[in-house]
Amino acid sequence: MFKHLAASIRGVGHRTTEGIWQLGHATRFFLLVLLKSGTSFRRFGLVIRELYYVGVLSLIIIVVSGLFVGMVLGLQGYETLQKYGSESAVGTLVALSLVRELGPVVAALLFASRAGSAITAEIGLMKATEQLAAMGMMAVDPVARVVAPRFWAGVISMPFLAAIFSVMGVFGGYLVTVTFIGVDAGSFWSQMQSNVDFRIDILNGFIKSCFFGVAVTAIAVFEGYDSPPTAEGVSGATTRTVVTSSLVILGLDFILTAFMFRGI
Amino acid sequence: MTPEVLVEVSDLNFSYNTRPILKGINMTMKRGQVIAIMGGSGSGKTTLLRLIGGEVVPSSGYVKVSGQVVHQLDRDALFEIRRKMGMLFQFGALFTDLSVFDNVAFQMREHTDLPESMIRDLVLMKLHAVGLRGAHHLMPAELSGGMARRVALARSIALDPMLIMYDEPFTGLDPISLGVIGSLIRRMTDTLGMTSVIVTHDVQESLKIVDYVYFIADGVIAAHGTPAEVRDSVAPFVHQFVHGEVDGPVPFHYPAQSYRRDLNLEKALV
Repeated sequence: MFKHLAASIRGVGHRTTEGIWQLGHATRFFLLVLLKSGTSFRRFGLVIRELYYVGVLSLIIIVVSGLFVGMVLGLQGYETLQKYGSESAVGTLVALSLVRELGPVVAALLFASRAGSAITAEIGLMKATEQLAAMGMMAVDPVARVVAPRFWAGVISMPFLAAIFSVMGVFGGYLVTVTFIGVDAGSFWSQMQSNVDFRIDILNGFIKSCFFGVAVTAIAVFEGYDSPPTAEGVSGATTRTVVTSSLVILGLDFILTAFMFRGI
Repeated sequence: MTPEVLVEVSDLNFSYNTRPILKGINMTMKRGQVIAIMGGSGSGKTTLLRLIGGEVVPSSGYVKVSGQVVHQLDRDALFEIRRKMGMLFQFGALFTDLSVFDNVAFQMREHTDLPESMIRDLVLMKLHAVGLRGAHHLMPAELSGGMARRVALARSIALDPMLIMYDEPFTGLDPISLGVIGSLIRRMTDTLGMTSVIVTHDVQESLKIVDYVYFIADGVIAAHGTPAEVRDSVAPFVHQFVHGEVDGPVPFHYPAQSYRRDLNLEKALV
């Protein structure tokens, strides 16, 4: 009984120290990526190439999801607001929900699933097939040449994708409420214009998406670079990227919202 | 005149955590030679290549390449010396997102300021040397195993290195590709005056092209000599390895308790 208890406590201790070690390892790797980002800026073509794979190829899922989220928000918002005779405020509701929360958060979750997992799988497979080792043997630093351009491409793409998500969402809300339901277009846009503040709402949403971009891409490149060089290792790393990124996005969102909108 | 020693391995020890992999290895590799390192799986052959390339640090002893102790070099100096080395990985390790042409041009673009027109000519010359000039536009996924290794060979000689290391270059190749790769290694070494170090299991193919052979077993050099000496060797390990005998110093059976006990026959026989 005592032995069993001691083993359990040892197990918890081992997992805790392992987790702390891994966090430290990830932090060191993140700093290394920042340190070796010079190549990415000197040869910006490397980042632009990755922007296509990370950002442009994520556009379709962002545009379609944004449109549908906006349409659902419009429908739900209209259903609730009309009970109070405030259906003209539906534009404000859709816009505020999107620029403050859903735009950055849902776009980041989709980005983690689409681009984050792709980055992890690509770097992990490059490691498993010895491409990174080959690069190192050719005196080319794989962190500077492979990891850093992908990291910066992710960081740059994320705010743009979140903005596109919000724009498409507002358009989806407009389509449903104004075009199909018949809410007055003038009040839809004017209420939105008077109630959405650039600094408080739009800028804070933009800042959120920047944080999410850094978090998701840092997790993705670390998991890829740290993955065991086997099929199982790469698949596990890809799964961890999506799960960890999603949890970090939601946790970060709460912290950022608390600071931005409640003034903690 | 005695050829210049390019690689010197002296009293080299290496352990993964506490498990010793290499124990007191001594070797010399001269310019213009093709040297084979043979031994069973897990005997530390690839680790030796990684030590020569400075990918890992020895527990004690040293590897000198061109007079410089590799593990004492700082990062810049290590990268500088690696520019003079080439490495052919087991399955080529071609960059899958780049074409054959771009794979071979990779180092030239990274390390030189050569104009693109000159890079084009050089790449086509390197590819011509391995017989794949016509395949320059293909992607790695479109190549056979033998072709991929030939492209990797062209990539590894892109900057005319003084040393090339080959990790299992013959694995998984058909007899024609195997002969092609073998003769290319010999021809490149002679033409470019470089040193080639081959880690391999393929005794018959490698003995045709190498100048000297080292056998590693249990982390030590079990035997060494010229191909003729190796073929005629009566040392039990070398004999078993060269002739592919099933049992010998390297046993067929993994260590286990008594067969009778495993089958629960001891009590039955009492």
